[in-house]
Amino acid sequence: MGRMAAVLTVGALAVTACGTDNVVSPGSGGTTTSGTGATGILTGTGASSISAAMDAWKAGFESANPGAKIQYSPEGSGAGRKGLIAGAVQFAGSDAFLKDAELTAAQAKCGPAGAINIPWYISPIAVAFNVEGVKDLKLDAGTVAKIFRGDIKNWNDPAIKAANPDAALPDLAITPVHRSDNSGTTENFTDYLAAAATSVWTDEKSGDWPASLPGENAKGTSGVVKTVTETAGAITYADDSAVTGSLGKVELKVGDSYVPVTAEAAAKAVDAATVVAGRSANDLSLKLDRTTTVAGAYPAVLVSYGVFCASYPDAATASLVKSFGAFVLSDEGQKQAAEAAKSAPLSTELAGKAKAAIDSISSGSK
Amino acid sequence: MFSGAALGAGALIVAVLFAVALFLVVQALPTFSANPADITGGRGFFDYIFPIVVGTLIAATIALLIATPIGVAVALFTSHYAPRRLARGLGYVVDLLAAIPSVVYGAWGASYLASQLKVPYAWLAENFGWIPLFAGPASGTGKTILTAGIVLAVMVLPIIASLTREIFLQAPMLHQEAALALGATRWEMIRMAVLPFARGGIISAVMLGLGRALGETMAVALVLSSGPLIASLIRSGNQTIAAEIALDFPEAFGLRMHELIAAGLVLFLITLVVNMVARWIINRHKEFSGAN
Amino acid sequence: MATLMTERKRSALTRGRLPKYTPYVIAASSVVVAAALMALIGFHVFGWAVLSAVLFATANVVSSALVEGRRKATDKLATSLVVGAFLVALLPLVSVIWTVWVNGVPGLLTPGFLSTSMNGVTGAVDNASVKDGTPVLGGVYHALVGSILITLWATLISVPVGLLTAIYLVEYSAGNRFSKVITFLVDVMTGIPSIVAGLFAAAFFAMILGPGTKTGFVAAVALSVLMIPVVVRSSEEMLKIVPNELREAAYALGVRKWRTILKVVIPTAISGIASGVTLAIARVIGETAPLLVTAGFATTINMNVFAGWMSSLPTFIYTQIMTPTSPSNADPSTQRAWAAALLLIILVMLLNLGARLVARLFAPKTGR
Repeated sequence: MGRMAAVLTVGALAVTACGTDNVVSPGSGGTTTSGTGATGILTGTGASSISAAMDAWKAGFESANPGAKIQYSPEGSGAGRKGLIAGAVQFAGSDAFLKDAELTAAQAKCGPAGAINIPWYISPIAVAFNVEGVKDLKLDAGTVAKIFRGDIKNWNDPAIKAANPDAALPDLAITPVHRSDNSGTTENFTDYLAAAATSVWTDEKSGDWPASLPGENAKGTSGVVKTVTETAGAITYADDSAVTGSLGKVELKVGDSYVPVTAEAAAKAVDAATVVAGRSANDLSLKLDRTTTVAGAYPAVLVSYGVFCASYPDAATASLVKSFGAFVLSDEGQKQAAEAAKSAPLSTELAGKAKAAIDSISSGSK
Repeated sequence: MFSGAALGAGALIVAVLFAVALFLVVQALPTFSANPADITGGRGFFDYIFPIVVGTLIAATIALLIATPIGVAVALFTSHYAPRRLARGLGYVVDLLAAIPSVVYGAWGASYLASQLKVPYAWLAENFGWIPLFAGPASGTGKTILTAGIVLAVMVLPIIASLTREIFLQAPMLHQEAALALGATRWEMIRMAVLPFARGGIISAVMLGLGRALGETMAVALVLSSGPLIASLIRSGNQTIAAEIALDFPEAFGLRMHELIAAGLVLFLITLVVNMVARWIINRHKEFSGAN
Repeated sequence: MATLMTERKRSALTRGRLPKYTPYVIAASSVVVAAALMALIGFHVFGWAVLSAVLFATANVVSSALVEGRRKATDKLATSLVVGAFLVALLPLVSVIWTVWVNGVPGLLTPGFLSTSMNGVTGAVDNASVKDGTPVLGGVYHALVGSILITLWATLISVPVGLLTAIYLVEYSAGNRFSKVITFLVDVMTGIPSIVAGLFAAAFFAMILGPGTKTGFVAAVALSVLMIPVVVRSSEEMLKIVPNELREAAYALGVRKWRTILKVVIPTAISGIASGVTLAIARVIGETAPLLVTAGFATTINMNVFAGWMSSLPTFIYTQIMTPTSPSNADPSTQRAWAAALLLIILVMLLNLGARLVARLFAPKTGR
């Protein structure tokens, strides 16, 4: 066995002889922000929904601050929150803000002020379907809820026809497809249905799709989109950025008009949200108004939070967190995420509040 | 000195396993003391775990029913039927297949195999729908527990085939030649001189395969369109413990996390029972082993 | 029929055998008959092949039963079943390999794929390469290095422990109570879900080195927990079937027990042990979940297993498939994922080759 180990070691050494981190030639990334001179390693864990945006932020921040390094492992929102509370990571990415009990638990490692939730990524959830020849449909929340509950079984149902007199709706069975894994997308979508279609959607909001409902499922955003693309008559809900090509998208009824899914409409819906009361002044946990009637707002939207400690034990970490947070919330950071992940940039007003919250992060032992 | 090192290694395994078990039990405990209404499903842990235990057993049973006979046959083919030169290459390919990451099997099963099986499933539902196992309507995507079982079978096949092949190759040459010299046909020789010798090894290999089938997460998570427990194998539904853990663990927090670890503990126990049965069978046939 | 058989039995030495050309005739006719039958119900190449094979096997067995007797027919039936099962097994396996090959080759041949990391590759870069049709940037080097190092360390931990345990169980324990306990626990270990092994290792190192410790070595420990039972079980099986005559011959020559084990028992079983170790490596090298919670997720090169996060091929494949670098243009990520999968298979192939080479160097000459 010793000789085998030797063979393996030699093999490993041979492979490690070459290789480089210089993939993208400098300058081609389009980063022009001057760095803040931050240095050190910042570690985070959390939602996989923001991983594409995080890749962009990481690349942008590291090229502006050559001494700094960001590492982020997309293990899931729950893992991220656990990690922050246990002090294993310096920040978490989460599709839901910390609950009160979690905020209390975070005080052990983050000081008496606990942790703060700062929105940094907005993504509209598209309702996408595969019906040949139909690219857009106007539907209200009640109809969407009925489709996903299996109450409306066919695409030529009168309820769909009534709102879309011009669409060539075929006689085709509807196959609702949902996420099999627990996800922030499901939680936000069921929250929307529960709030906007109270009489139809009797389940509570949940990251797990209600098990009693009929329909097919698949793992992950890419899984549901792929399944719907391959199955005629299927419909699903997914992060808008992943819905491409042949699939049609639903325009949701807001007030008296129908709003197509766009980044601007999503940002508008987030602006209509209210900050959750009873938390520290710098906490920006948002309560989204799913029944908003603001013209042009798209209420089925996912807000992802960066969760930070209100204070870090040492000054170096605090300043690194602050400069990374400031970069993410800057126009440049939001623009890079939009380019890479097709997310909706925060509105100037919300970004301003978020930046102020980041600035409030302090250092010092408790 | 040498025997001491060997003993030490054994003791290390005992220590590690004790630590793992302790970790699991401590993490799982809050589930059992929690209010039954707080458990997923709202009716206590047993009601939550029962359907996915059955689902796990269904998937693993399908996998082993398919993979065991075929795996043993493949091993026999490479050890006793194929021309020597070809056999070496084939053995090599079989070993390689065990190395394909499960996420690749999952992607293959979800994107290729499932869509190929749609038509046979519809046919089964139409012609054999009166058997509860094939009750229709068949799944529109082909992502059913039967598909998951087939993918698992493909995954464990190389393990069973590779290990049993090694056992077959070790069967005493003298016995085989003696059997042939007495006028036995090739099959009679295999039945009398090879299979009895290899029985323990085959069971051991099947158990290793079963271990993988029971614990496989990613492939099942990608292939199966999960749902509540149902008898039909060709409709979307059922769920396995490992896939449930993989799907929900990343977002799990608080009690839900303890619940999933408790589910892992249950999986642990299932494998344990299955393995104990296998050991019992092997021990009954101990006389064929070389070093007793 | 009955009289025919009794007559045959009387002249055992000269009893009827089918002429040598029979299988060929049967094969040709079953292909033709199958084609004719398929023409009736709609032609399909796959169905034709299956039907021909079934017809051939049936005709072969039946004709043998009629002319050569029951024993020969049973033999032919067994042969047909074994070969048939082998062909059935090949179908999905070839399909999987073919899928990986076809999808993986374009990515693998992209310049820089093997020698660069994913540092600085963002969705914007992927979008640009799709829009302009330029080659996909970003590579797998960091993941390749990570996979090799983590697996190497896992092997260095598991093989000595596993092999020594197997030696203890087979050679030293003489079936005492402690060996029963170990056997039992090894069986239990095969049932540890991989994510649990990962969480255990993470919790263990968090306890020793503080929370959030994620390094390649933690991952290697997690993989060892999964790998050891496979090594023990396969090695135990292989050591058991080493004939006792060999051991007794060595003892009779006055060789010490430990030398007998090292020089006689292990070399005899080395081919099987190497195969088992390769399988064990194969079992863990594709693990995703335990690596994510123990080694983190890096996009840059890290050569040190004791510090810093590390990437690996499975986590690379998994994240590229499940969360593409650019959600709206997933093709570059898919291409990288398949290429990495192909690379992983090639890597295992090389390991396998190495293990077999070692086995051949050590193994004594045998009947085969």
